[in-house]
Amino acid sequence: MLLRHTNKEILEREALTINPAKTCQPIGAMYAALGIHGCLPHSHGSQGCCSYHRSTLTRHYKEPVMAATSSFTEGASVFGGQANLVTAIDNIFTVYEPDLIAVHSTCLSETIGDDLQQIVTKAKDDGKIPEGKHVIYAPTPSFVGSHVTGYANMVAAMAEQFAENTGKPIDQINIVAGWMEPPDMREIKRLAKELGVTIQLFPDTSDVLDAPQTGKHVFYPKGGIRVPDLKSTGDSKSSIALGCFSGEPGAVALDKKCKVPFKTEDIPVGLRATDRFLMRLSKAAGVKIPESITDERGRLVDLMTDMEQYFHGKKVALFGDPDDLVPLTEFLLDLNMKPVHIISGTPGKRFEQRIRAILADTHADANVKNGPQADIFLLHQWIKNEPVDLLIGNTYGKYIARDEDIPFVRYGFPILDRIGHSYFPNIGYMGAIRLAEKILGVLMDRQDRDAPEESFELVM
Amino acid sequence: MEKLEILEGRKKQVFEKNKETETFDIKCETTSLSGSVSQRACVFCGSRVVLYPVADALHVVHGPIGCAAYTWDIRGAVSSGPELHRLSFSTDLKEMDVIYGGEKKLYKSLLELIDQYEPKAAFIYSTCIIGLIGDDIDAVCKKVSEEKGIPVLPVHSEGFKGTKKDGYKAACDALMKIVGTGSTEGIGKYSINILGEFNLAGEAWIIKDYYEQMGIEVVSTMTGDGRVDDIRRSHGASLNIVQCSGSMVRLAKTMEEKYGIPYLRVSYFGIEDMSKALYDVASHFSDNPEILQAAKKVVSREVGELYPQLLEFRKALDGKKAAIYVGGAFKAFSLIKALDSLGMDVVLAGSQTGNKDDYEGLKGMCDEGTIIVDDSNPVELSKFILEKEVDLLIGGVKERPIAYKLGVSFCDHNHERKIPLAGFIGMYNFAKEVYESVMSPVWQFAPRKGGLS
Repeated sequence: MLLRHTNKEILEREALTINPAKTCQPIGAMYAALGIHGCLPHSHGSQGCCSYHRSTLTRHYKEPVMAATSSFTEGASVFGGQANLVTAIDNIFTVYEPDLIAVHSTCLSETIGDDLQQIVTKAKDDGKIPEGKHVIYAPTPSFVGSHVTGYANMVAAMAEQFAENTGKPIDQINIVAGWMEPPDMREIKRLAKELGVTIQLFPDTSDVLDAPQTGKHVFYPKGGIRVPDLKSTGDSKSSIALGCFSGEPGAVALDKKCKVPFKTEDIPVGLRATDRFLMRLSKAAGVKIPESITDERGRLVDLMTDMEQYFHGKKVALFGDPDDLVPLTEFLLDLNMKPVHIISGTPGKRFEQRIRAILADTHADANVKNGPQADIFLLHQWIKNEPVDLLIGNTYGKYIARDEDIPFVRYGFPILDRIGHSYFPNIGYMGAIRLAEKILGVLMDRQDRDAPEESFELVM
Repeated sequence: MEKLEILEGRKKQVFEKNKETETFDIKCETTSLSGSVSQRACVFCGSRVVLYPVADALHVVHGPIGCAAYTWDIRGAVSSGPELHRLSFSTDLKEMDVIYGGEKKLYKSLLELIDQYEPKAAFIYSTCIIGLIGDDIDAVCKKVSEEKGIPVLPVHSEGFKGTKKDGYKAACDALMKIVGTGSTEGIGKYSINILGEFNLAGEAWIIKDYYEQMGIEVVSTMTGDGRVDDIRRSHGASLNIVQCSGSMVRLAKTMEEKYGIPYLRVSYFGIEDMSKALYDVASHFSDNPEILQAAKKVVSREVGELYPQLLEFRKALDGKKAAIYVGGAFKAFSLIKALDSLGMDVVLAGSQTGNKDDYEGLKGMCDEGTIIVDDSNPVELSKFILEKEVDLLIGGVKERPIAYKLGVSFCDHNHERKIPLAGFIGMYNFAKEVYESVMSPVWQFAPRKGGLS
């Protein structure tokens, strides 16, 4: 009983977070930056931040994660980190030879007031940025938002600092990726190809954080959007942002800078969100949905009918990032399940609005909370008060699942205790098939495990 | 990346042993160069990992959420009782707190938590930002301590104030405030504290058991499976046994100054060092020959069982090459000996936090041509692994995928080990893990050493 300290009685907490359902901005920025080819993320702060982010990303993806640090000392913290960053930029281009460096700040550098724009300009003026190389930057103070905010800020920085409107439109659609896994990014590209649409997907972590074993430790794996492609996003016909928290800020920045109109859709988790995404993409590009994709949808619906008898009324608790949870909640409802407790540590009003709207007709009384004190401790308390049949969330959910003996599906970031999750898509019809299969699998495993001998059956 | 170079500013931190080298002046104990892909962490990390295993204390991270989130239950230090240390408590500072200060928030958090959990003590970690905004956490801790009647201990671990080692110091200073506050009644003459053993995968239990078999009383294990009350009375022990190069030496020294308790430095890895750790304690208590007899008994029984098994592994591993890159240099010494007993050659030995003496020692132990490196980075590690045709890398979480990408086997000798590697049984586990990884059939499918094979 690891979480024996969780009590049932819920008190209004003002000042404390227990077992957070989020982490801080810089790790999101680091993950996003890895989605540009040849990019070395750079953490402007103490060594520890960079080390923690690299460790967590390594544990989740089981891949080498490269990033540099400004290595702040006490001196830098008093006199400012400009010298450290300029030296760092010089060292990085000399030794690690990236195409670009993506600098993100930390709570430390933000609090001492380092101005990344000014420092990068100075590095440029001092000739520290070689011809044809780039440095982009995003402010990511850890005391604002969450890892999702940090991801969005770095994606917005990509649009702001790279996109160019040359006045010559290109027949392509930008897809501003919300926080998705590398196989999800790959799936977006596959779907676009099936539709016959040229897209620019950014960031794109496929083939970066799921790179093949080659016998080489490559600093810059072959994946990621290339800088010229990123520049070309300013000439695209339009953009589709996936996820209003993690994707939309990038599309807004692109619209502001290059007047590329955009629409925001949910990350295509589950049936209806995938429908909406594909309709949006087909409309934007003026193409029809091909039979091959309609067939995939048909297979998903077929699977859902086969599973229909097992799901209804099953209560679910879920936690994670807002752009995942919104379409996931919708999908759970489509499977006739009952989401009763929903937690996201990431602050933002739109989350509760969206979730409430989705739940309004059938489950308006569900517990929903995000932002301060929306943590896994509270989720556990809710579960103690109203038990559930299934828990969905990142690895940290395993403590609750064990203590309360609840079937558990790992979903979201980070997943530290399983291998393989970074190879299978969660999105699109294929991702929905996989998700439904995983959910039914844990429910049935549980049924088998608990069945008395006389009712243990071959066919369920 | 075809060209592998060492950063100009790092050249003094890398050394290759050969006859021509007369002077050995390795640079170490510095912060990493700006812009390097360092494998190192920060002061906060040092404090957090040392104190984490005190299981009946509250550990509150005062700062923005990240510092608490990343250190939430990653240490793998197991407890035989309370599990309070495995929860993650954070003041989760926001923008307004940074502007107006977070003292009130910390104060409120502590009251809420202490009422709810009734911990034996509380450790309050200050992170980078606290050092900057100047929250007086000492004052808050003092106030809460007076109101609640338990030790509430500030841990000054602002990330930027040095290296991980400075975090060890901050942790020792916090522990020192509890040491000496309990009764030493009933503690016998033949008694020790075990320091710097963090009970990863239950290692402290193995070590404690050996000493107890020798008739030695273990007063406190700091901090593996740690308990506040044990630490309070630890000054009643006759001897401190310190493992690990740096983390707890400061505490042992302070206890020596204040209470006159001598200390011994030991390692629990490998047959040689493990046996020595038991014999050293026995010879300290030389007035009682039974202890030495018991130690001999433990060693001969354990080694007798272990040795034939190791020979089996050795048959397969003889002549294979290993690279070591670990946190503390002291562990590297033991690993070199342990690998030697498996017939393996160490061609790279490095650490994140070694000092000059450590590296001198490493140099003395290593063969010609061995690379000795301080605070390395992935480019260097890859370069050396390729150049030296390494078969096995021993490291931590960030090194594992690098080894695999190069087609090289791996053994985690850091937080992520799930089986005990300390003690005699630990040597068996280590040999088995090394054997299984080096001999895994997967390497026949994985291109190796730059894809050349």
